[in-house]
Amino acid sequence: MSILVYIEQSEGKVKKTSLEAVSFAAALAAQTGEGDVVAVALGSIDDQELATVGTAGAAKVLHAGDSRLDAGLIQAHASAIAQAFSKVGAKTLVLAKSSLGDAVAARLAIKLNAGLVSNVVALPDTTSGYKVKRSIFTGKAFAETELTTENKILAVKKNSIDLKTDGAPASVESFEVELADSDFASKITATERATGEVLLPEADIVVSGGRGMKGAENWGMLEELAKTLGAATGCSKPVSDIGWRPHHEHVGQTGVKVAPSLYIAIGISGAIQHLAGVNSSKCIVVINKDPEAPFFKAADYGIVGDAFEVVPKLTEALKAEL
Amino acid sequence: MKILVCITHVPDTTSKIQFTADNTKFDTTGVQFIIGPYDDYALARAVELRDQTGGKLTVLNVGESETEPTLRKALAIGADEAIRVNSNPKDSFFVSKQIAHYAKEGGYDLILMGRESIDFNGGMVHGMVGELLGMPSFSPVMKLDVDGTKVTMAREIEGGKETLEANLPLIAGCQEPIAEWKIPNMRGIMSARTKPLNVVEAVSDETQAVATSYELPPAKGAVKLIDKDNVAELVKLLKNEAKVL
Ligand SMILES: Cc1cc2nc3c(=O)[nH]c(=O)nc-3n(C[C@H](O)[C@H](O)[C@H](O)COP(=O)(O)OP(=O)(O)OC[C@H]3O[C@@H](n4cnc5c(N)ncnc54)[C@H](O)[C@@H]3O)c2cc1C
Ligand SMILES: Nc1ncnc2c1ncn2[C@@H]1O[C@H](COP(=O)(O)O)[C@@H](O)[C@H]1O
Repeated sequence: MSILVYIEQSEGKVKKTSLEAVSFAAALAAQTGEGDVVAVALGSIDDQELATVGTAGAAKVLHAGDSRLDAGLIQAHASAIAQAFSKVGAKTLVLAKSSLGDAVAARLAIKLNAGLVSNVVALPDTTSGYKVKRSIFTGKAFAETELTTENKILAVKKNSIDLKTDGAPASVESFEVELADSDFASKITATERATGEVLLPEADIVVSGGRGMKGAENWGMLEELAKTLGAATGCSKPVSDIGWRPHHEHVGQTGVKVAPSLYIAIGISGAIQHLAGVNSSKCIVVINKDPEAPFFKAADYGIVGDAFEVVPKLTEALKAEL
Repeated sequence: MKILVCITHVPDTTSKIQFTADNTKFDTTGVQFIIGPYDDYALARAVELRDQTGGKLTVLNVGESETEPTLRKALAIGADEAIRVNSNPKDSFFVSKQIAHYAKEGGYDLILMGRESIDFNGGMVHGMVGELLGMPSFSPVMKLDVDGTKVTMAREIEGGKETLEANLPLIAGCQEPIAEWKIPNMRGIMSARTKPLNVVEAVSDETQAVATSYELPPAKGAVKLIDKDNVAELVKLLKNEAKVL
């Protein structure tokens, strides 16, 4: 018996959040004695890259290289993962929460008759029964959830476990999947994706701007700061509503939920709906000219001041230090 | 076209989250309930599509009687009829079973939901219903147009979006900017009173992942303020104290 992990790639590299999922599964296997960890990767990706998944704790990677799986078609991916699940005789599937992962996991829950818990933030408590802690109310609370099915799916939230980095390279085995026409009932006709940039949901540091930035033309300053830090850029909802920034950068209750080590909020008031998207950050820095801005209450560090003055200085100071 | 929109009845996004009875129950004291913000986007788009293509728009909620004002609001926004599956929504699987049953019975061409509920944030019900009905499901969908039976969608992916084509019937979990939230007008509110709101019973009792207790995150310490003329100090703190650089 093994624990199966569904890993995703971005630009030919296994996503860091997927490596976290593998680390989570490795820790879970050690806890429950559920055997080893087998990862499954879909679509074209280098086998050498896949072998590195071993460092996070996978013994083996099943690779279904069928190029029809390159596109993130939800049904096709769900079918392929279900086949991997029965091939390895797994009872537990672990994956990282993501736009594709969530959609695939939900279909798999029915296919595998598996109880599904999303937003998992800690290893399950298996002392009596099987209880999983998950984040609810958009990070404002946690729920202990009792899983009563034999098969289980856990969708792990970012930063919920330390990344394991000392495992041995994994063996990579190719794996044939059978896909039906109905798996391809939809067709992806175009993909627009920022390339080479740090992706917001994955980022370890996020530099985010609000309406206090006054206009799209002032984002150069934030991009410069982000570049210095190797950070992704984000924004508040009004900023993407007005069109100063693209929609996929919008952070909050109705946007991307981030969980970086460091979140720097610049000219954002800190409305409760914005905070809901950032409350899983390890450290929050707020730069706002209004000392009464609610964001300061949620911050670890704050600077009361004009962003147009403070941000360039901060970038300079960071360049000197890093 | 027959459209079904599944809506949640959830605490307003500004609500203070608290629990009672030994942390086993959500404390509703002083809480205002709303249509889930993502469900509200789904509903707004559904109203536009119904107005465009004709047909009928049904809203459905799995919930106890206290959710009826929320369903009435959806009727005021423009739905033609409402269904309430009279039961406490115990977990996503339970909810999905109910929705799948009534969706099948209603023979809908298009089923719109929110990307996720804002209480349990599972983002699961659309996929589960899709699999139960053997229908394709897509989420998070930020654009959806229907031309005959052909549907064109934009789905958000990390760092961008993809454009998809599929055929009716299908299920989509919606998010902005699929449409703008609609506020009910006076006429809508008046007519909502007389539109049908049918209460039906749960068809299955099965659950898989029920929440047994709740907890709040630890309180945040006070913010450390740094003088705006001394940003180097902030860099030091981030490096040596917070250890995030
Ligand atoms: C159901 C619902 C869902 C929502 N979802 C989201 C969401 O997901 N994400 C989100 O962000 N919002 C969301 N909102 C909107 C939210 O309520 C706020 O309106 C929004 O977050 C405010 O954005 P902001 O802080 O950029 O703008 P403002 O509130 O206008 O704040 C601008 C801030 O910039 C500061 N400022 C101005 N000039 C400067 C300067 N020169 N230097 C430094 N600081 C300056 C000001 O002091 C102020 O604090 C939602 C609202 C609702 C009702
Ligand atoms: N109790 C419910 N009644 C009706 N629809 C629901 C219910 N719970 C969830 N949904 C729908 O499923 C979507 C996703 O919910 P969830 O999987 O809980 O995040 C929501 O946005 C709603 O459209």
